[in-house]
Amino acid sequence: MAGISEAHSQPVIVLENLVKFFGRFAALRGISASFAPGRLYVVLGDNGAGKSTLLRVVAGLMEPSQGSCTLLGAQRIREVAHRVGYMGHAPLLYDELSGMENLRYFAGLYGIYDDEVCREAMQIVGLDPNLTRRVGQYSQGMRQRLSLARALLHYPELLLLDEPFSNVDAHSAHEMAVVLGRVRDRGKTIFVVTHQAALMEGIADEFVHMAAGKIVRREEVTRVTGAATSESRSTR
Amino acid sequence: MSTLTVTRATLMKDLRMEWRSKDAINSMLFFALLVVVIFSFAFNPTAEESRMIAGGLIWVAFLFAAVVALNQTRARELRNQVLDAYRVSPAPPNALFLAKAIGNFLFVVVLECLMAPLFVIFYELRSIGPVWQLVVVALLGTWALVVNGTFFAALSIRTRSREIMLPLILFPISIPALLGMVDATTTILTGDGTPDFGIKLLAVYDIVFTAICLMLFEMVLNAE
Repeated sequence: MAGISEAHSQPVIVLENLVKFFGRFAALRGISASFAPGRLYVVLGDNGAGKSTLLRVVAGLMEPSQGSCTLLGAQRIREVAHRVGYMGHAPLLYDELSGMENLRYFAGLYGIYDDEVCREAMQIVGLDPNLTRRVGQYSQGMRQRLSLARALLHYPELLLLDEPFSNVDAHSAHEMAVVLGRVRDRGKTIFVVTHQAALMEGIADEFVHMAAGKIVRREEVTRVTGAATSESRSTR
Repeated sequence: MSTLTVTRATLMKDLRMEWRSKDAINSMLFFALLVVVIFSFAFNPTAEESRMIAGGLIWVAFLFAAVVALNQTRARELRNQVLDAYRVSPAPPNALFLAKAIGNFLFVVVLECLMAPLFVIFYELRSIGPVWQLVVVALLGTWALVVNGTFFAALSIRTRSREIMLPLILFPISIPALLGMVDATTTILTGDGTPDFGIKLLAVYDIVFTAICLMLFEMVLNAE
């Protein structure tokens, strides 16, 4: 039992002196941090703070220029790819296919061939699995929901979401935030990069503030049945 | 999850998307049709002259048309940055390469089937050598074009002038294959000698470049 509880408390992400250069511009400037499992982290910061770059490095879509990123205990992110879900700033969906066709294809990439899984993922985000319309004809909100369904398809332990609420109406955004809260309650770890901090209040466990390529402050939130108190610590 | 399963799923997805949009086939067909008609009117060759020049003409037309198709199929993966969804998945990178190469191969083969009667009509083409050898040359030659084309389309995906970059890289490396195709096709059409050298050259070219592309594709897919 001790082994299990120890494994559960091990950090999901460990960043050590993470640096990322684009030419001579440093988008990430020596980030060192670790993140515990089963929590919902909201990464905040101005444009150009390095939030999306950090998420892409963690997702394995970019190699860091220096430093290392350990994800679910693995140095090579590809080894744990089946345990990670990623939702990009763009929807990462094929416009020419329907929602179910998209999910069926992406589920196949994770070795899932059960249509019921795709239907369930669509229902979780509030979309009708019987919708035959192509994604190109979806509204922006529907695309974002479907994109979230795609990221959730394979029941990932770690969910990385880049601006999931952008261009989404207030009602849909709130519904998506509630879905994320439920996923976290099932023990999953979630990283949300967003400008809409207000949406995540009462749901987030920790706000991670970034500026100029660094994590400048981590603000832990204690959630007590809807109410939330916060305690912040600077990591500057 | 095996490479074969993901290759099949990706290929079926690409064929379904092409069936719905017809982007690649339409643009290829239009381009190849223009080449056939314009050259026919520009040179107005006799049947004998046609047999001499058709090898070069056919393959240049298909090479240019294949580039148009490659640009279209690559554009699909760029739209909505959907390639990132594949990159973060545990699916084998080579499955994506194989599916794309086979898909492009099928598109160009369909084009060749549609264009062959037009070549016969506009250029009064009658093959003196055995026609089945033309089929072998067509299959080997088409694979030679698309295997490198698919690879370099992926390589140029993150460059700024990718539409220019693709032919700029692809054409020089396709010259040995193009020489083999033109030589074998002309030999078969004129019945003057045996096309063995051209066919062997194409077979070796296909094997070597397919192996190189498979070895390097993961690096290309994950390059920034």
